[in-house]
Amino acid sequence: MKKSKGISTEKLFRLFVYVALISLAISILIPVGWVFLASIKENAEFYGSPWAMPNGFHFQNFIEAFNEAKMGEYLLNSVIVTVLALVILLAVALPAAYVLSRFTFRGSKFLNSFVKAGLFINMSYIAVPIFLMLLDWDTALRVIMGDGVFLNNRFMLALVYASTALPFTIFLLSSYFETLPADFEEAASIDGAGYFRTMFSVMLPMAMPSIVIVVLFNFLLFWNEYILALTLMPGENQTLPVGLLNLMAAERAAVNYGPMYAGMVIVMLPTLILYIIVQKRLTQGMTVGGLKG
Amino acid sequence: MSKSKSRNIFILVSVAPAIILFLLFMVIPTIEVFRMSLYQWGGFSNTQQFVGLDNFRTLWNDMNFIRSFQNSILLIVVVALITVVFAVFFAAILTKENVRGANFFRVIFYIPNILSVVVIAGIFSAIYDPSNGLLNSVFGMLSLENLQQMWLGNQEIVIYSIAGALIWQAIGYYMVMYMSSMASIPASYYEAASLEGASKLKQFTSITLPLIWNNIRTTLTFFIISTINLSFLLVKAMTNGGPDGSTEVFLSYMYAQAYGNSTYGYGMAIGVVVFTFSFVLAAIVTRITKRDVLEY
Repeated sequence: MKKSKGISTEKLFRLFVYVALISLAISILIPVGWVFLASIKENAEFYGSPWAMPNGFHFQNFIEAFNEAKMGEYLLNSVIVTVLALVILLAVALPAAYVLSRFTFRGSKFLNSFVKAGLFINMSYIAVPIFLMLLDWDTALRVIMGDGVFLNNRFMLALVYASTALPFTIFLLSSYFETLPADFEEAASIDGAGYFRTMFSVMLPMAMPSIVIVVLFNFLLFWNEYILALTLMPGENQTLPVGLLNLMAAERAAVNYGPMYAGMVIVMLPTLILYIIVQKRLTQGMTVGGLKG
Repeated sequence: MSKSKSRNIFILVSVAPAIILFLLFMVIPTIEVFRMSLYQWGGFSNTQQFVGLDNFRTLWNDMNFIRSFQNSILLIVVVALITVVFAVFFAAILTKENVRGANFFRVIFYIPNILSVVVIAGIFSAIYDPSNGLLNSVFGMLSLENLQQMWLGNQEIVIYSIAGALIWQAIGYYMVMYMSSMASIPASYYEAASLEGASKLKQFTSITLPLIWNNIRTTLTFFIISTINLSFLLVKAMTNGGPDGSTEVFLSYMYAQAYGNSTYGYGMAIGVVVFTFSFVLAAIVTRITKRDVLEY
């Protein structure tokens, strides 16, 4: 008697567990999937039930988003900024992380804690001061050259992105370099390799797993970022999230929903595809770094 | 001699670019926030005038700032509490309960975290839409019309609508974090406990919870920092502080003052207060949640 009661509470608990899991999964999958369906609906369909399936494949939304709302141009800007920022970040952060974690020199301890303190600086606080600084540089440049180049500049945005990602990236790479034994450098030194050679051909290739994680995290960060892009690009060269923000405001005012959802699909599709390919690495890597802005 | 010289050159070349960029785009702007908060600058005049702590005195009587303060604290408390409960619950299920498709659920739950805040704002605008929104139409189908709301139009509840979106995007992230610390608890503890006849709930409260407590404490600090940041990004993209300032949060008010209104000094004073506040709050929370650390 007692035993059978135990089994039934156990069964009830299992049922409860699955109901909870499936509810949360639905609350995530349905809204995201719904956006995909909405992106191919015709405008008239938005006045009916939101649960109706699309009448057909209304691809016109994407064409409108790409051409009239200039999402194509923004997509290109986003690709340029993200790639540039990743390249700058790796070129700057890898040597710094290697040296800071494996060399002791005068001030190395101070520099390590200095960079770690940067983990507490939040992009949202410093967006406006960075804007004012670039504005100052532009004003000074206008006096000399008649034109400013620092605002509305994709390279500058990439440089700022890379800089704000430095503390986290150096922190993550350093913690990996620290685990490597000194034997590799000694062997390379005996073979006659100099410091640069040792770093480029021996140490950096070994850091590949961490580099992959760094690239993944920062790709998502740079691709999705919008407050710096909005602040530092008031005129032209906007990135995708900022373009989507404008598109959402414009289409809601004009009651033209299709292109808005097409725009959302354009922004999230690359991250979703990447996530599906590398999800295991991403959620495992998260526990290594474990910090969020 | 030449060996140590080439070593120094190598160190300099490797570290200098990172330090320069870090100083230029992170350290100096941070110092600027504090410096500018002491100046009256912007609005109609473009001159900087040192005013000491005047900006902070104005802030003290600024009802809009007080409201953004209340909203931020409400969000931090509500989002942290609900997310921790859900994230710990789902983490415990997925690590301990041999559910079918555990990996599938983990992958799905993490999805909101990879989406841009702008996309999340768009998704939740569609969910909360008063006439054709997903939420109201679900209530309509279940004949619960009295639950239908102007989710983003009603000043009383709009801040909770924002909290809902923040929780939705945070659960998966914190769940993965708790899962990794739960996975490192030795299975023998649970075996011993179940031989002693301890129920699952008992095992959870006397093994799992105490052993991941330090991890939860750390994430509470994350919650403070990231809710202040993400609530700004979401509010800016979704309601822009409206309707009538009822969703204004710390940093959205700062941004509106500093960038929208061009009163830079005043905006930066808000930044200083928020920055200090988040540190003090994190210190207090860390202090009062301190328990004896259990080792395993």
